[in-house]
Amino acid sequence: MLKYILKRLLLSVVTLFVIATVVFLLMRLMPETGYFDADEYDKMDAEQIEVALKAMGLRDPIPVQLFRFYRQILSGDLGESVVFRPHVEVSKIIAQKIPYSIPFGLASVGISLIVGLALGTLMARFPHKLPDIIGNGYVVFINAVPAAVYYLFIQLYISDILHLPILYDEYNPVSWILPAVSMSLSGIASYAMWIRRYMLDQMTKDYISFARAKGVSNRKLMFRHVMRNAFVPMAQNLPANILYTISGSLYVESLFSIPGMGGLLIAAIQKQDNPLVQALVLIYSSIGILGLLLGDLLMAVCDPRIKLSRKGGSR
Amino acid sequence: MGFAYDEKILSVKDLEVQFKLRGQALTAIRGVSLDLYKGESLAIVGESGSGKSVFTKTFMGMLDKNGRVTAGEILYKGMDLAKFKKEKDWLKIRGREIAMVFQDPMTSLNPLKTVGKQIQEALEMHQGLKGNAAKQRTIEILSDVGIQEPERRYKQYPHEFSGGMRQRAVIATAIACKPEILICDEPTTALDVTIQAQIIELLRGLQKKHNLTIIYITHDLGVVAKVAGRIAVMYAGDIIEIGTCDEIFYNAKHPYTWALLSSLPQLGIKGEPLYSIKGTPPNLFKKIKGDAFAPRNPQALNIDFLIRPPYFEVSPTHYAKTWLLDPRAPQMEPPDTIKRMMEKWKEAQENV
Repeated sequence: MLKYILKRLLLSVVTLFVIATVVFLLMRLMPETGYFDADEYDKMDAEQIEVALKAMGLRDPIPVQLFRFYRQILSGDLGESVVFRPHVEVSKIIAQKIPYSIPFGLASVGISLIVGLALGTLMARFPHKLPDIIGNGYVVFINAVPAAVYYLFIQLYISDILHLPILYDEYNPVSWILPAVSMSLSGIASYAMWIRRYMLDQMTKDYISFARAKGVSNRKLMFRHVMRNAFVPMAQNLPANILYTISGSLYVESLFSIPGMGGLLIAAIQKQDNPLVQALVLIYSSIGILGLLLGDLLMAVCDPRIKLSRKGGSR
Repeated sequence: MGFAYDEKILSVKDLEVQFKLRGQALTAIRGVSLDLYKGESLAIVGESGSGKSVFTKTFMGMLDKNGRVTAGEILYKGMDLAKFKKEKDWLKIRGREIAMVFQDPMTSLNPLKTVGKQIQEALEMHQGLKGNAAKQRTIEILSDVGIQEPERRYKQYPHEFSGGMRQRAVIATAIACKPEILICDEPTTALDVTIQAQIIELLRGLQKKHNLTIIYITHDLGVVAKVAGRIAVMYAGDIIEIGTCDEIFYNAKHPYTWALLSSLPQLGIKGEPLYSIKGTPPNLFKKIKGDAFAPRNPQALNIDFLIRPPYFEVSPTHYAKTWLLDPRAPQMEPPDTIKRMMEKWKEAQENV
């Protein structure tokens, strides 16, 4: 197991290295205005720009720049923002945003998991009966209706009916409810849908009939046999989902004006802040890779048949 | 087999089972009666879809959701199992009174739980054993079913067991709570031949040791000949002939039993095509008139198409539902293969 983890970590580093290279090279294709403050840029003539670019090392040969970039990353320096917030370190910008995103992310993961798994289990327990019909209706609604529509509905009507504030306020916990719930809606639907599906799959298996034949009650059957087996195929995607959720929800954050991570990448791209984009893409890819790794490990923990140390990889 | 058929343990009377399929009613079991005697081994044979599994599932309330007993009774220890509706009632039967071994040991065990825990689960539920006592008992049972190094095996997962070992573990689970009746639904079909013999030996040994009553459901007449005291032949949801192993193998009376025996490859003559029964089993969505096998029986009598035959007694242990046994019926000889087989069987019996 340990050997496998080390091997996977090493592979992850290689993957990150490749991503860093690709991102870096792509960023060289971006317009060079992205290295200047807009006002500054307008006031400078071509020669000044050239001098400034040289000073930033952007006129060095690409391999030289690339190695400098690697060294920078390895020493933990993600560079400075240029346009978004001039001369502020990227890590500092993210450090300011992340405390807003993580609590909402965690809350929403928690709500989605608890409510989603409970709903899905209930649906699987009574397939084609009322709970299942209602649950399916919910799942179809969430997946079919654009999120903008029901978020708007929540802001316009639900907030009014429940007398909850429309916008986020750091010092008013009541205002945290609506964004957290909004963020969870689609998670609930997808967890419910998948756990229902996997549970129903499991329920047709022979070992379930056999367990019934030896006298296990339906309730115990659900909790001791069906649930755990149904959870295994979900386990692989779970960590990645969680990580993506806590790294900020673009839409909900902007809707409730939460100053989180969600909109940062988009804003950085729009403003052509090259170093910031570079750093953010790296961070998001690391999160993705970490999520996959954790998913594999979680699956191995859940399912004794999966021996990670054996040759041939896990999927 | 020298078995005294004295103590009835289970008595099925005119059992009818229907399934609702797409709004239509399918009658899977059409008025079956059967007495099961303590300590015997009964084999139920018949082609796929004849209702063998469905019939035995009714003893444990294990029918699929769309199926239910629509008529008849299943008497067991003074209870009518056919009346059982609630899960609570069935929990008293399943595992502790009647247990079942499934066909495919590869899929009968929960892949995420250790074998030991799965056997122990039954013990904890039915016998109130807990903790170490339950574990010790589980290890005993494992060694009972011929699993070497039971302490080590106790902690292993099903995927660490071979097919034969898994079937042993499945059997261990089924007999853990000392049930009266063990239903073995094709216990050896999924195993290779050498293992089959071992599993059958094991079942026979356990039967003797615990005075189990075993119902074997199987296509494999070879297995039947080895294990069964009595054989019930099912066709289209009815037991059309029942008798001791010898009576069925060498004095069969029902044309379907003849046809079934004729299809045994062992009985064919080298060079000749294998026998197969022509036609298909009847549509169980429709009401069957007369003898269900008549349309596939080239020698069917006229009455076979009109009136369903009752049981005719051949001997006190041998009954068959065919009009051929009516005194008014014309004498009908069984097909040649059957005659040959009967002779071979007789010879074999004499040589023993």
